Amino acid sequence: MDTLAQLANGFAVAFSPNNLLWCLVGTTLGTAIGVLPGLGPALTIALLLPITFQVAPEAAFILFAGIYYGAMYGGSTTSILLNTPGESATIVTALEGNRMARSGRAGAALATSAIGSFVAGTIGTMGVTFLAPIVVSLALLFGPAEYFSLMVLAFVTVSAVLGSSAVRGLASLFLGFYLGMIGIDLQTGQPRFTFGLTELLDGTNVIVVAVGLFAVGETLYVAARRHAGKDEIVPLRGSLYMTREEWSRSWKPWLRGTAIGFPIGAMPAGGAEIPTFLSYVLEKRLSKKPEEFGTVGAIEGVAGPEAANNASAAGVLVPMLTLGLPTSATAAIMLSAFQSYGIQPGPLLLDTQPALVWGLIASLYVANVLLVVLNLPLVGLWVRILKIPAPLLYSGILVFATVGTYGISQSPIDLILLYILGGVGFLMRRFDFPTAPVVIGMILGPMAETEFRRAMTISNGDWTVLFTQPLSAALLALAFAALFGPRLYQLIQAWRGPRPDHVPGDA
Amino acid sequence: MTDANSRQRPRARLAPAEALIGLGLLLFAGLTLWQTLSIPVSPMYAQVGPRVFPYITSAGLAVFAVLLLVQAARGGWQPAEEKEVALDWKAVAFVAAGLVANVALIGPLGFSAASTAMCVLVAHGFGSRRPLRDALIGLVLALAAYFGFAKALGVNIGAGLIENLLGG
Repeated sequence: MDTLAQLANGFAVAFSPNNLLWCLVGTTLGTAIGVLPGLGPALTIALLLPITFQVAPEAAFILFAGIYYGAMYGGSTTSILLNTPGESATIVTALEGNRMARSGRAGAALATSAIGSFVAGTIGTMGVTFLAPIVVSLALLFGPAEYFSLMVLAFVTVSAVLGSSAVRGLASLFLGFYLGMIGIDLQTGQPRFTFGLTELLDGTNVIVVAVGLFAVGETLYVAARRHAGKDEIVPLRGSLYMTREEWSRSWKPWLRGTAIGFPIGAMPAGGAEIPTFLSYVLEKRLSKKPEEFGTVGAIEGVAGPEAANNASAAGVLVPMLTLGLPTSATAAIMLSAFQSYGIQPGPLLLDTQPALVWGLIASLYVANVLLVVLNLPLVGLWVRILKIPAPLLYSGILVFATVGTYGISQSPIDLILLYILGGVGFLMRRFDFPTAPVVIGMILGPMAETEFRRAMTISNGDWTVLFTQPLSAALLALAFAALFGPRLYQLIQAWRGPRPDHVPGDA
Repeated sequence: MTDANSRQRPRARLAPAEALIGLGLLLFAGLTLWQTLSIPVSPMYAQVGPRVFPYITSAGLAVFAVLLLVQAARGGWQPAEEKEVALDWKAVAFVAAGLVANVALIGPLGFSAASTAMCVLVAHGFGSRRPLRDALIGLVLALAAYFGFAKALGVNIGAGLIENLLGG
């Protein structure tokens, strides 16, 4: 019951008027960002990172968490009404949701996805509440060698397993390593990868990298494909209330989606794409009306994946808060916010920063309630955001990108770096390289290096310690299996399942 | 999971665009290796020096570059949907010009003036043909960002003529 007492304290933090306001700002902003295709929570939180110099950590993280959850809700609106997923995690929602909208049931699709998101988000947050202390007690057994191996496992899963190609995912990850290593090596004081530029001695800022890849890259990409044909917004028709039949067809998919999404999100693999897709396949198989899938749109195909999406978003917070292990671009940027406060993320976080962690978790419950209200009755407001003309939207994005990057250093070098990374981001989008591993590699790479050095110092430079410690060896074996297992499986059965469409916007 | 697509198209021809990507990455790996070799190593840290992870990174980049080149030789991996879309290079050029203008002007003229110039060029790239309206919206947006966002975040953006006039 210790957990409940801690959670009660957390609610005391979350219900302070200031923090409630931050939560409202975060969820509103997050929904808006989620609705806009191609813009995501990672970019938004990166742009707002300088706020960590201004406000208390609780307030900043409540804001960030609101944005994170809000983007998941907002993304589904775009998927349903526009067929262009607002977020990579809502690709699957677009499959059935847009068909439902086209056959005049947009209201029901929006309702089942918002309420499903609420159910899954709340259950997922409960999962975080009760799982986090357990994972912490396990994590305290970890030494540097185990941490390093765990990070190797996370590297493999986020870059090689989740994307469409292991080679391209790993290439992105290693590009992230490179960016993360620029600057002074903290252990030996030697400059690395600086090309003799003093501006680079402090390293590249994660804001520059995230904004360059996600905002500038996205702008160039959209400009280049200006004539590629646009999806039309389906006008919002039909009541937002679900019929009795729609309720009864929704609640089981919500729970099943949650059951799939949360564990996958909480594993050191993360990612919402796999659970949403799994949920879709499962619902299609279980549905009593399979003929609606792919034709007029089946409500189960919206309810399940939306729930899976939000549950996995909650799950991602478990490794982030308990192990300091980010498994999505957004989590990686939130982790860098911890570093900006000088807070050491990891298993001790719950002990050293109880007000922060439990306040954050409690605010997630609040955010879920706010988000249902923001996204159901007020959905018409968000549809209007979709109608902002592209010339204004993208020039506005670039203005804010300038504020976020030039504002922190007043160095034109950072702007030039921002635009170079924008060009890289454009090429990555065009050639189907995932961008999230760059950000994860940039944050997690240097942490892995530190753990590796610690492990080597403890073992007196004996590399075999990674393989002789049972826990570390098991984690490395898992990483190995995750990397080469699918390929072996492919060789054995020349089976090829359907894959989600190529999707814009992984921010 | 290598690309299933490339295996489905036997004896596909070399894809030039993808080959260039692979080649570029290989060059980049060479660059990181050159930079790694120039990292000074002090003898005090015999255990794991500052070069170990940079070496691993360079090697990894080189390996993946070669694998990408192999894939390019087998017909490439770019999704068909991307390949079919003809890029609007004129639009990209205007957006890029907007970015260059921003970098060039932000120092001498300040943030708002540079942003206004950028907005006009970027909006033109996106097909807007009303430069005056775009300039006005860009200016208002930049000032809002300057006095709202930047001040709220406490970041200091280069003030120029316009900001000083308005008492920023």
